[in-house]
Amino acid sequence: MEKLDHLEQLLSDRLPHLQRERLADAVVVWVTPENLVETMTRLRDDPDLDFKQMIDLAGVHYPEREKPFVIVYQLLSVHKNHRLRVKMAIDEQTPVPSVIPVWWCADWYEREAYEMFGILFAGHPDLRRLLTDYDFEGFPLRKDFPLSGLSEVRYDPAQKRVIRQPLQMVHPNREPYQVNPS
Amino acid sequence: MAQQKEFQNYTVNFGPQHPAAHGVLRLLLDLDGEVVERADPHIGFLHRGTEKLLEHKTYLQGVPYFDRLDYMSMMSEEHSWVLAVEKLLGIQAPERAQYIRVIFAELTRILNHLLFLGAHGLDVGAMTMFIYAFREREEIFDMYEAVSGARMHAAYFRPGGVARDLPEGLAERIKDFTDSFPSKIDEYETLLTENRIWKQRLVDIGVVSPEEALDMGFAGPMLRASGFAWDLRKAEPYDAYDRLDFDIPVGKNGDSYDRYLVRVDEIRQSNRIIRQCLEQMKPGPVRYEDFKISPPYRKEMQRDMESLIHHFKLFSEGFQVPVGEVYVATESPKGEFGVYIISHGENKPYRVKIRAAGFNHLQAVKRMALGHMLADVTTLVGTVDIVFGEIDR
Repeated sequence: MEKLDHLEQLLSDRLPHLQRERLADAVVVWVTPENLVETMTRLRDDPDLDFKQMIDLAGVHYPEREKPFVIVYQLLSVHKNHRLRVKMAIDEQTPVPSVIPVWWCADWYEREAYEMFGILFAGHPDLRRLLTDYDFEGFPLRKDFPLSGLSEVRYDPAQKRVIRQPLQMVHPNREPYQVNPS
Repeated sequence: MAQQKEFQNYTVNFGPQHPAAHGVLRLLLDLDGEVVERADPHIGFLHRGTEKLLEHKTYLQGVPYFDRLDYMSMMSEEHSWVLAVEKLLGIQAPERAQYIRVIFAELTRILNHLLFLGAHGLDVGAMTMFIYAFREREEIFDMYEAVSGARMHAAYFRPGGVARDLPEGLAERIKDFTDSFPSKIDEYETLLTENRIWKQRLVDIGVVSPEEALDMGFAGPMLRASGFAWDLRKAEPYDAYDRLDFDIPVGKNGDSYDRYLVRVDEIRQSNRIIRQCLEQMKPGPVRYEDFKISPPYRKEMQRDMESLIHHFKLFSEGFQVPVGEVYVATESPKGEFGVYIISHGENKPYRVKIRAAGFNHLQAVKRMALGHMLADVTTLVGTVDIVFGEIDR
């Protein structure tokens, strides 16, 4: 608790213009795409804040909001032993600046957020799909993407290759019982 | 007449089905002669959409999914999940359950590091190590089975404690194991630590400086080998770790050999922790005794209507979790394994993000492999200790 108070105090000193939020076990700051890279560099290089590590980057989809996506960065300082959560609300069209210049490890996290939510990162050197199949279409972690997926893959003996076809959720036809098995 | 020929760089496709790929890693390597100029890992061959699935499951149904993430350190992954759910609920597991969880988390660490030793040894040509390591792994699997009924995918940790108490005689068996295990670690070390070939293959391969380690987002033994005494069990103690005494092994050079030494020393520390837990543990309940969250006792359920209702509700609808969000990380054998849950007050999470420990480490292979020989890539894939269930999620 004291640690969080101290961190909140530090943040209000160093970065007073940012919107802060205090949760039970974490401090959250909100940034915008315009000041993202500048703020992150500041958080990393300030010797008292010292967030030398980006631990995680998560996208969250809120379809009912005006800015439907939130990116959540989890930062960690191993020297000061404190954590910070940085959040940013964005819409679908505006590209987000990449934080790879600040933390090298952001590379794959941004690729993952791109493929799962369709969030675009400006300045990313290699924004390809990461986890899903090479010819996968759609953004699977969006709330409007069905759990079953949209297509299914099977081997087609006629074409002698694996084909992708629209998902068919039907049961195979069965012969109904002709007589009542007593 | 000596004729000069121009050779172009060429690309080698390593995997996805390659015995040294530790699962399903596809690695595209651009080679200049035998020197790696560019490495591009392709992952996702084991992607099962765990994060999406968890959004459609109750919190209790989520537990078995975590076994299947890092399928070499099963209970450590469950640990992060149950701690995160407990934190959202604002509850704490009873003391005995905390000790049992720590015992099994540490047994899991031994399990994982033994596989690391065995598989890494196998990769670089020390085949005997694999057989030695699996001898002890079998014993730990038997303990898993005794406590949960399953050898690997235990689903033993539950929000609010563990599924059931240790069966009779298991504590003694674990004690006997910890008595004999240090001498087994000595055996491994006689095989590897001063082995000339082992050192030639590992020393100065994949050196990571402290600054690079932070930049590449390392955690766990990978970070410690680069010289940071950083361990979440000490830095943010969870469960019973604040009552236990253990050391953090730290490496000096940040090469593959140091990472090996750090892991071997961690096994020794785990052994120590388990012994302390067995000494400090007292009899008591092993589940949080609010039966809206934990299942009621069987005996009660057979004669008490209320308990029966609780049981039915719990295993059909699950429990409601207050609105909030939480990020909980534990020191899994591979590094920091974090779970970020956003709850909208329902019986299912709104969003779960799993921070896999090996994700950054595999990503770093891209950078670590540059300038190394093709044969050293095998060492690098071994030294980062990756499991694809967790990286691909």
